Amino acid sequence: MNRRRALSLASLAFSVCVPLAAAQAETIKIGAVAPKTGPLAGGAAVTQWPSIKLWVSDVNGRGGLTMKDGSKRKIELIEYDDRTNPGETIKAVERLATQDKADFIVAPYGTGLNLASAPVFAKYGYPQIAVSAITDKTKELAKRYPSMFFTLGTTTAFAQSVADILKKMVADGTIGNRVAMVNVADAFGIELAEAARPIFKAAGLEIVYDKSYPLGTQDLAPVVKGAKAAKPDAFVAWSYPPDTFGLTELAKIEGLNVKAFYTAVATCFPAYGGKFGQSAENVLGAGGIDVDSAEMKGYYERHKQVTGVAGDYWAGPVTYASLQVLAQAIEAVGSVDRKAVTAHIKQGSFKTVLGNWKFNNQVIDQFWTVGQWQNGKFVGVASTGKSGAKAVRVKTGW
Amino acid sequence: MDILIIGLLLGATYCLMALGLTLQYGVARIMNLAAGEWIVVGGFAAYWSVALQAINPMWGFVIAVPAAFVLNWLIYRGLLMPLIRRAKTRGALEVDSILATFGMSFVAVGLMRAAFGGEFFNYSFWAEPIDLFGSAYGKNRLAAAAVAVLLCAALYVALLKTRVGMAMRALAIDPSSARLVSIDVEKLSALAFAAGGAVAAAGGVVLSTFLTLDASVGVLFTMKALIIVIMGGVGNLRGAIVAALLLGLAESAIASLVDPGLTLAGAYLLFVLVLLFKPEGLFGVRR
Repeated sequence: MNRRRALSLASLAFSVCVPLAAAQAETIKIGAVAPKTGPLAGGAAVTQWPSIKLWVSDVNGRGGLTMKDGSKRKIELIEYDDRTNPGETIKAVERLATQDKADFIVAPYGTGLNLASAPVFAKYGYPQIAVSAITDKTKELAKRYPSMFFTLGTTTAFAQSVADILKKMVADGTIGNRVAMVNVADAFGIELAEAARPIFKAAGLEIVYDKSYPLGTQDLAPVVKGAKAAKPDAFVAWSYPPDTFGLTELAKIEGLNVKAFYTAVATCFPAYGGKFGQSAENVLGAGGIDVDSAEMKGYYERHKQVTGVAGDYWAGPVTYASLQVLAQAIEAVGSVDRKAVTAHIKQGSFKTVLGNWKFNNQVIDQFWTVGQWQNGKFVGVASTGKSGAKAVRVKTGW
Repeated sequence: MDILIIGLLLGATYCLMALGLTLQYGVARIMNLAAGEWIVVGGFAAYWSVALQAINPMWGFVIAVPAAFVLNWLIYRGLLMPLIRRAKTRGALEVDSILATFGMSFVAVGLMRAAFGGEFFNYSFWAEPIDLFGSAYGKNRLAAAAVAVLLCAALYVALLKTRVGMAMRALAIDPSSARLVSIDVEKLSALAFAAGGAVAAAGGVVLSTFLTLDASVGVLFTMKALIIVIMGGVGNLRGAIVAALLLGLAESAIASLVDPGLTLAGAYLLFVLVLLFKPEGLFGVRR
């Protein structure tokens, strides 16, 4: 190595080390573990990682979080990829707790990965504000893990909202009561299909086609052809991202012209509107948001600016809101005392991009359940007690 | 009729996934667990053409195929050659190459993530119905099937009618004897490996017109390709094509007649049956 190279290396090392050393004294270490590779990576890349990035940028942009003594502490983010493997999630949380000594850890992505790592969060006393975790067991889980919180909703509520929408359309005489229902044969799809069967029946809907397909199926044509042959008035798919896209494209090709078309996860992704354009209009899907609220408008602008990609219309903002809760709790307590922060999350009320949040026994009871693509945006049309829902529109062909 | 056409279209899709690996494993003797990543590379190239350059996705061919050829050639020369030189038996080479390419698949996923991000990527291309025998099929699927047929035909002709092809077949059957008739084994293997990568990338371009991909989806394609290559008989192009079509037909029949939930089970049952009754594969040669 010649002298010049050595010098430039040394100066580089110096310039890297100095700000680090200066920052170390006063940062709050936040750990984040979620898929960057593996089956859930595509979803996490839309809802989880950009939301975290935006939150860190927002907080650090205003100088950090204010502590009791009036000092400001910026956030230092430590990221781990769990490869969509629950074992890796657990290991990463352990590592964040013991090696990196993170002050707080962002809840992982996906129902399975959140549940798998819940005992580790509990063991080290980290609050776990779960977002991408939908289950009917929220009450039991909240009781078992006193530092676990749920924000996105329950399986039953999601199925119930879809049933309510269809029931109303039947009552209005818009559609008949024949429903074709398919689901991805994975925890999420199976649980929702099982919840939906009795709920649909109680709502007076007749399920004329009810099939599942394996995760990662490359050709869904037989499914769509089968559904079409059953002559349904409505189509409901408890689907995951790749099949949400596949089913929609095939429904369009096959001419499955139902007046109510619902696909679950990823319908709210900007990529869905991007791919299908005009055809996406009036498609129903899981999630939704009040796009007209001032907070959300600002959120989407900043999202695009900071992360370079458009924000999604469901779990992304909820993830951001869950981090706002964490930040406000830390500021209210004025330190990184995890016990006090957890206690504050349970009691306090929080101002988030989704309006005011207050946990009821560690669970947020008001959430969006169904959204619909209307004029190029995925707007909320059904919720459990949120304001700003739009009227459901009838789908008139592709 | 529906079942038959859906099955053939799906079979063609599988063909596109497996052709590259057939060349790489059959001729170059590398069980390439990173084969699926090259399909994703092809898909990325097509997506990049459509979404960012607003040109026809088929430009993906022009970008991805030569790039995949050159890169695979370099990978073979630089990373796999040392393994081949030191391997004493075919078994040892197989273990080494599986481990090495397994590692490469992680590197490839990481690089693609860094370059393109981890989001799903897809676009609409020819997503219009075409009527065949009174039933609607996606134009993009038919186009994919046509490309699969063209690729198969081209490879078939290349392997059976050209000198290089004959040498490759000799290599596939017996690499050590191939040397005796003055076949440059190293050069030819590198060529086969590179061609395999290029074919996989070409398949990826077409597949991306109707599949939703992301940086880490490649392993799914690798798995499917592995099943097909082993079912067809290692290194046998005809076998791989027949196996792909068989798998497609079986899955579509099960999905339409029994239950879509059982397609995977059906596919693996077929795989097990073939292995039970013809362990060397449908067209394989007993060694």
